[in-house]
Amino acid sequence: MLKINNLHASVEDKGILKGINLEVKPGEVHAIMGPNGSGKSTLASVIAGKEEYEVTEGNILLEGEDIEELGAEERAHKGVFLSFQYPVEIPGVSVTNFMKTAINETRKAKGLEDMPAKDMLKMIREKSELLEIDRKFLSRSLNEGFSGGEKKRNEIFQMAMLEPKLAILDETDSGLDIDALRIVSNGVNKLKSKDNAVIVITHYQRLLDYIVPDFVHVLLDGKIVKSGGAELAHELEAKGYDWIKEEVSAEH
Amino acid sequence: MSLKEKLVTSFMAFEDTIDVHSPIHDIRTEAIKTFENEGFPSKKEEAWKYTSLNSILKHDYSVFPKHENALEFKDVKKYFIHEIDSYKIIFIDGKYSSHLSQTTHDGIDICLMSSALNKPKYRLIIENYFNKITTKDGLSSLNTAFSAEGAYIHIPKNKLVDKPIQIIHFSTGNEAALMLQPRNLVVVDENSHVQIIERHQSLTNNPVLTNSVTEIFANKRAIVDYYKIQNDKENASLIDSTFINQKDGSLAKVHTFSFGGKLIRNNLNFYQNGERMDSVMKGITIIGKKQHVDHNTLVHHIEPNCESHQDYKGIFDDSSTGVFNGKVVVNKEAQKTNAFQSNNNILISDKASINTKPQLEIYADDVKCSHGCTIGQLDDSAMFYLRSRGIPEKEARALLMFAFSNNVLDSVKIPEIKNRITKIIANKLGVNIGFDL
Ligand SMILES: Nc1ncnc2c1ncn2[C@@H]1O[C@H](COP(=O)(O)OP(=O)(O)OP(=O)(O)O)[C@@H](O)[C@H]1O
Ligand SMILES: [Mg+2]
Repeated sequence: MLKINNLHASVEDKGILKGINLEVKPGEVHAIMGPNGSGKSTLASVIAGKEEYEVTEGNILLEGEDIEELGAEERAHKGVFLSFQYPVEIPGVSVTNFMKTAINETRKAKGLEDMPAKDMLKMIREKSELLEIDRKFLSRSLNEGFSGGEKKRNEIFQMAMLEPKLAILDETDSGLDIDALRIVSNGVNKLKSKDNAVIVITHYQRLLDYIVPDFVHVLLDGKIVKSGGAELAHELEAKGYDWIKEEVSAEH
Repeated sequence: MSLKEKLVTSFMAFEDTIDVHSPIHDIRTEAIKTFENEGFPSKKEEAWKYTSLNSILKHDYSVFPKHENALEFKDVKKYFIHEIDSYKIIFIDGKYSSHLSQTTHDGIDICLMSSALNKPKYRLIIENYFNKITTKDGLSSLNTAFSAEGAYIHIPKNKLVDKPIQIIHFSTGNEAALMLQPRNLVVVDENSHVQIIERHQSLTNNPVLTNSVTEIFANKRAIVDYYKIQNDKENASLIDSTFINQKDGSLAKVHTFSFGGKLIRNNLNFYQNGERMDSVMKGITIIGKKQHVDHNTLVHHIEPNCESHQDYKGIFDDSSTGVFNGKVVVNKEAQKTNAFQSNNNILISDKASINTKPQLEIYADDVKCSHGCTIGQLDDSAMFYLRSRGIPEKEARALLMFAFSNNVLDSVKIPEIKNRITKIIANKLGVNIGFDL
């Protein structure tokens, strides 16, 4: 589904990603962990098509196609979804209207008619129930004044509405209370199938108890320096990153 | 011959055609003298520093259209808020169109200025109100001199007018270039309530210059809700001067939606002659190309315990230019005044510009006055957020621009107007998305 080859990316001539290799197959869950500032969100943004970052080397293939030239919206139309670490507040656009626009623009890109209003409402009802979101919430301005946890839950609601092929969840667990973490993880698990894939970026093992990864990768200074199974996350939780940093410097 | 000379000479001919014995006659002759002295404003004047009329004054406008022109409703239906039942006062090239209009004298007067100026039964109102609150500047005086036609609305006390009134001035383009001088008078007596929608609409790209003057009197506890829809063709320019005199307990609201036209100057003047009243001025301006929109507002707080609220949003693309000059005067006696003003702008292109200037003259000490103006760009991170959800760049931009301006629509009391404005905005931004909800 996703294949990243030797990806280098920089912002304002400052290199942030320094040779990422990653392959994600349908049905898989990958976790990416790593210290603050190591480039996790940058990787997520580059995959989603944020233009601020310049890809200087390497490429990203989505279902075999190089997506370098595609804008963020075209990547979304192909099924890429990013749950933002810091969802943006958009005053004046309600959650519902935003979702309607997003869904219908995606349908338009695929040559489909707008979704009938009845179906849209039904879908909104189902998905908001799945994530236990109060309907009143949906008429509020997108993310404006939402609490940290509400923003994250709202991101997963959007994911549920858009049914992406490849979902990248950037620290979706941060800010969620214990119940919300369960509800949100539950939502993500319900959306999982053998045809789609999830990349979870997190600092904590806790989330991975709910969304169990097939692979765990450690990102350090713009490179994936170690990959393993779910047990690697436990090890990191117990020991931190220093031992990995030492391993890396020993190699050089 | 300059336009000024042409107008002054034309006045002689015009004078012969009107009733020289009417009380208005002296007002007109006085006014043409003022215009002769003052002429058109130039950029040397502080209030016109950022707006030059030169490019629109160079045309050879006809002052009196040669033909009577007719229009079929179906051809101009889209310019009406046709989804609602309304009174209509419609003009074609400055002449009244009885065919398109729907007036009334049933307890209220919604009719023509020309008949009000001529018929004895309106004499008292005309004497008490006509030309009482206009400023005596060149442009308003020019309008006064030529004022022959427009809307006359008189709502006696305790009446809730059952439906909105639409005033539309069409220009057909049958003249190579046309200058219009519409004159409206609106008198709303105690406890009465009226809603008015005004539009100036050219039907071709021939140059049109409209110099419009509206006087509004909101007497005690009256509510006047006025909507100006400015979405004219690219060679149509509008100088729109509105003077509002308010009495105790009244509420006067003017919404100005400026999307089209070549040059628009809105002079909006509120005089608060009484206590416990509220003046509301709201505007959305979305322009591009070489369009120019200038909002020049004044609220004069004369007595205590009154409020004013101004909220103008502007979005400027291409080489368009905007001006916002908001003046608030609070007299020494006007204690406990609450005056709010905000003007927020987004510049889409490097070549667009806005000059925004609040002007506060406060002589009372116990007042709350706030003003704020911002000039910004569209937020990149918001753009990425929307695009990452599958909303294409153009649509994302439009959605953000709409979101930026749409709180101005909250106070619009007629849902069909709100709908129409959102459609015009979508159209203007070249997108086909519903901004509803
Ligand atoms: N737009 C930008 N301009 C300048 N520097 C940037 C920009 N985006 C990212 N960086 C820098 O790149 C590095 C990686 O940032 P990134 O947000 O990807 O880290 P992260 O691994 O997600 O960290 P965290 O765990 O704190 O979320 C940081 O040093 C950050 O300051
Ligand atoms: Mg991050």
